[in-house]
Amino acid sequence: MGDIKSALDRRILIIDGAMGTMIQRYKLEEEDYRGERFKNWKSDVKGNNDLLSLTRPDIIKAIHKEYLEAGADIIETNTFSSTSIAQADYHMQSLAYELNVAAAKIARQAIDEFTINHQPSTINEKYIAGAIGPMNKTLSLSPDVNNPGFRSVSFDEVSGAYYEQVKGLVDGGVDLLLIETIFDTLNAKAAIFAIKKYFRDTKKPELPVMISGTITDASGRTLSGQTLEAFYTSIAHARPLSVGLNCALGAAEMRPHIEELSKLASCYTSAYPNAGLPNSMGAYEEEPEETAHFLEEWAKEGFVNIVGGCCGTTPEHIKHIAEKVKKFEPRKLPLVETAA
Amino acid sequence: MSEENSIKPYLRLAGLEPLVVRPESNFVNIGERTNITGSKKFARLIRENRFEEALSVARQQVENGAQILDVNMDDALLDGEKAMTTFLNLIQSEPDIAKIPIMIDSSKFNIIEAGLKCVQGKCIVNSISMKEGEEKFIEQAIICKSFGAAVVVMAFDEKGQADTKQRKIDISHRAYEILTKQLGFDPQDIIFDLNIFAIATGLEEHNNYAVDFIEAAKEVKAQHPLVKLSGGVSNLSFSFRGNEVVREAMHSVFLFYAIKAGLGMGIVNAGQLVIYDEIEPGLRQLCEDVILNRNNDNNEATEKLLAFAETVKQKGKEEKKDESWRKTPVEERLKHALINGITDYIEADTEEARLQYPKPLDVIEGPLMDGMNVVGDLFGSGKMFLPQVVKSARVMKKSVAVLTPFIEQEKLEKFNRRKAANTSGEETTEEKGAAKILLATVKGDVHDIGKNIVGVVLGCNGYDIIDLGVMVSADRILETAIKEKVDIVGLSGLITPSLDEMVHVAKEMKRRNFELPLMIGGATTSRMHTAIRIAPEYGRGVVHVLDASRSVTVAGNLLNETQKPLFLENISQEYQKLKADFANKKSGKQLLSFQEAQANKTKIDWNAFEPVKPYFLGVKIFDNPDLEEIAGYIDWQPFFIAWEMHGRFPQLLTDEKIGGAATKLYADAQGLLKKIIREKWLTPRGVIGLWAANAIASDTVTVKPENADPINLEFLRQQSKKAAGQANISLADFIAPAETGKTDYIGAFSVTIHGIEKHIERFMADQDDYNKIILQALADRLAEAFAEMLHKKVRTCYWGYEKEEQLNNEQLIKEEYKGIRPAPGYPACPDHTEKYKLFQLLGGEKSTGITLTESLAMYPASSVCGWYLANPESKYFGIGKINKDQVTDYAQRKQMEITEIERWLRPVLDYDA
Repeated sequence: MGDIKSALDRRILIIDGAMGTMIQRYKLEEEDYRGERFKNWKSDVKGNNDLLSLTRPDIIKAIHKEYLEAGADIIETNTFSSTSIAQADYHMQSLAYELNVAAAKIARQAIDEFTINHQPSTINEKYIAGAIGPMNKTLSLSPDVNNPGFRSVSFDEVSGAYYEQVKGLVDGGVDLLLIETIFDTLNAKAAIFAIKKYFRDTKKPELPVMISGTITDASGRTLSGQTLEAFYTSIAHARPLSVGLNCALGAAEMRPHIEELSKLASCYTSAYPNAGLPNSMGAYEEEPEETAHFLEEWAKEGFVNIVGGCCGTTPEHIKHIAEKVKKFEPRKLPLVETAA
Repeated sequence: MSEENSIKPYLRLAGLEPLVVRPESNFVNIGERTNITGSKKFARLIRENRFEEALSVARQQVENGAQILDVNMDDALLDGEKAMTTFLNLIQSEPDIAKIPIMIDSSKFNIIEAGLKCVQGKCIVNSISMKEGEEKFIEQAIICKSFGAAVVVMAFDEKGQADTKQRKIDISHRAYEILTKQLGFDPQDIIFDLNIFAIATGLEEHNNYAVDFIEAAKEVKAQHPLVKLSGGVSNLSFSFRGNEVVREAMHSVFLFYAIKAGLGMGIVNAGQLVIYDEIEPGLRQLCEDVILNRNNDNNEATEKLLAFAETVKQKGKEEKKDESWRKTPVEERLKHALINGITDYIEADTEEARLQYPKPLDVIEGPLMDGMNVVGDLFGSGKMFLPQVVKSARVMKKSVAVLTPFIEQEKLEKFNRRKAANTSGEETTEEKGAAKILLATVKGDVHDIGKNIVGVVLGCNGYDIIDLGVMVSADRILETAIKEKVDIVGLSGLITPSLDEMVHVAKEMKRRNFELPLMIGGATTSRMHTAIRIAPEYGRGVVHVLDASRSVTVAGNLLNETQKPLFLENISQEYQKLKADFANKKSGKQLLSFQEAQANKTKIDWNAFEPVKPYFLGVKIFDNPDLEEIAGYIDWQPFFIAWEMHGRFPQLLTDEKIGGAATKLYADAQGLLKKIIREKWLTPRGVIGLWAANAIASDTVTVKPENADPINLEFLRQQSKKAAGQANISLADFIAPAETGKTDYIGAFSVTIHGIEKHIERFMADQDDYNKIILQALADRLAEAFAEMLHKKVRTCYWGYEKEEQLNNEQLIKEEYKGIRPAPGYPACPDHTEKYKLFQLLGGEKSTGITLTESLAMYPASSVCGWYLANPESKYFGIGKINKDQVTDYAQRKQMEITEIERWLRPVLDYDA
């Protein structure tokens, strides 16, 4: 892998768009998810998109390739929920490690096949980001309104589950680790804790870490109540390659927050908003040109180093975004002073 | 981005909100009461598993101004890990506590680790050290770093705690090298605790401990400028346990030197610190000697302090009134009276001073101004609170009142002498007096408590205040400004239409080529509005002033010729940025079309709803009801907010920092309230009305009084894009539509408090701003309490839709009742002009004697009005921003010019009009 930092200094990198939206297009049924291996599984598994890395790797690879063709420089592994805690919903906690290894390998194959089909001089270096999602259980919030001190999961359980995921992703060969869609900073801190511990334990060189939080409403706070600056301060110890925002908001709503973040962050910044806000049917309607238009303005203002899309975005969106931002210089890293 | 962005190496912490400790930051107070080893009360609550109450201790700390919360659960009888986990988890669900960063404090690292696992923000670990060797230290530091915590490092190594200056420096340096070079810590994330030890213990080897600390602090800061220094200050005076007077004085003197040496934060009970300058000089000298280890051969200084401590003890606690200050020279007496707000002797003392000084004016410019400067400084540095300052001002005014006749007489004599000598030049240069500041509540507005407080505070700081009172036209403000040669114009207002009037004054100032700076203040004003609407209209300096405390610095900056240009330039840049941000946000914000908003109204199942018919329909007047009953409904919290004392009532009375001042103020207010009731100073008058009503269109409610024509009320509707399942609300949604065939009802009320004027005049004649402002604030509270009381009677009796309601006053204040009483001009129905209909329905001016100004403020100022809605779904909400389509429709419905209605609704418009 070429040095991603030198690439980030030269241009704005493109991260891919939604995986779920693309999987929906295949209109898969319960048996597609189960495949041969899980045909007698004790519970329904339809909707467990991460499982497709084992049962329909062809689909996952095809989606990765569509995004690569659209101009993505960074593709995310299909591992948003590949932790033992999230997989417990399907009684598949024992598969967590395997899911991560498989998903990372599919992404690698997709890049290899894409590269073979193109003239080397016409394409840029591609990177695989191991996607680490927020989990369905949170460490800062009580699920029981009558018992605010209660937690449905412990820090050790969460960091243990992330440790296993990180191990799988690294063994599968990812280039970067991406902690994303963070709505509870403490879960993210458990992921950071797990990553640092993993690399300390194995004495392997640390992979660059990307961090992407989620501002959930107009007040500019995360679901767990932190302001953007408090969030950034709380994860800065990860010494991330990049920090950014994704999900929950469309580009229009995300703009003031990404602007603020671009001034706060000493590292690179990323932003991959949803395709607008969902309509009453829960569908995203923002056209590729519209999303791209917003991101173009951010690029022009120098807010971002990495852009892409989240829920509702498609290869079309990514293509338009890539075209619109390529003419702009990436955000310059701020000067980090080290003397009083 | 054109400008170079740079990130400074500051200690950055976070709870739900960030805390950045900058070089210019003041001493950071770390709240110490949530520490089992330090607070008996907290320890008891935790041991008894009363975590909810323990939380209130934490909340109190935050309200007292703690910037970081120290949590310690070290107790032999407790499972520390479990207690730490439970308490920190509970804090996370209390946003008003969780907003500040946590200091996880334990001597056991397993408890620290348990704590780190509960907190999403960036904490401080207190503490780690090399007590058990480097290996353990590194192991623990790595864990702290994995959680992103800053660390307090105790100056402690394998040999023990560092006691000498050199050991403190050496150990700190060693730890610094390991943390930064070996482990990659940022220097700004390191906080050294250099050990504050007990001094004056009688053992000579302890005598130099404070000096060692202070000198080591200087050296460590010099070697490693980015680190912070902290410490537990109360250790210092350990040998004087039980003698708070001496302990507080020692802490205060120690901090005076230690902060200068670089101590940036500390676990202290800030509320209990005496003011360094206020320590009795004899005691202060003794403290300085033991702390700086001077004159201390053979423990001489220690012995002296011990001897002094005995005398303090003997005096005992009951001797409250210390009259020793009466024996000091007159200048000192005047100063003492000013700082402590004592009026008992002020007339005699002033007269004595007048006879000593060559001219009466010299008394003002000498001892009185000296005293007020001290008051200003103490207030500015947060060591005095507003009620105390106002009392000081009362002393000042009384003293000046004694002197004024003599000053006038002297002027007259001078004039006559000059006339007799027939000297030319009537224009003799009059000495330039204090800077003049003109204050006025703008036309159409009658509220002036805040403005009065600003006047007093500025007066205390030596400014000459010209207060034009309330409802002052732009013309009069500007003419007075010219005539009196003022230096600053200050405008105040409480209701939203006043904002427009302020814009008007600014425009007029520009048109008339004024050059004076303009200060903007009052509850309805904001930095944003000032930046967007007022500042662009007048280029000579417009500054929004948040509260009375800030007014002093703002005025100071505006009147200092060297600072003024830079100050105004900074403000102007800030405002331009706000304006630009606002424009950006606006374009980014999505409003629904009015039609879409109407389609998303509150869904109420009217089939399932049976409106309750009120016991009577029509209007009922309450003329002079019992004030004592009304007083039972007072919500005291806003009373303290008026005095810039923030916090919950009644907890703020026992608050460590402001508790003393708050309790005194509360006692004075209660005293005056009793007097008001007993001597019937004030007359409450109120009216309620209940009528049949139905919604006849999406946002229109028709009210059908029995003996008059129906009146259509027009409401506004939220237009912002809502999450799924949330409605775009209008008050009209809560009244049954006509097509349901069901008759629904609506009510209205207005209440007021008459009779304040002559008492205000009397207090003013007596130079007594303190009681004047208390009286005004009480009248406001009584009007609100009256409204609360009537609302309760309406719910349980006159309308009777909630007959079973059993709520205490606290629950009423929290609005736990069913149904609402929104006021025209406030968030749910921001159009003030609907007040005309409300007053018409209630029988007009004669019912209560309330009149409406041209801005639709109510006079008397202590008045409240509103609608009653009974539907269980009804709730308080804000309209938010609305768009032109709705305004056009609204103007049509109200048959008003669109520009006219835009003027009234400007604060809620999402477009430029």
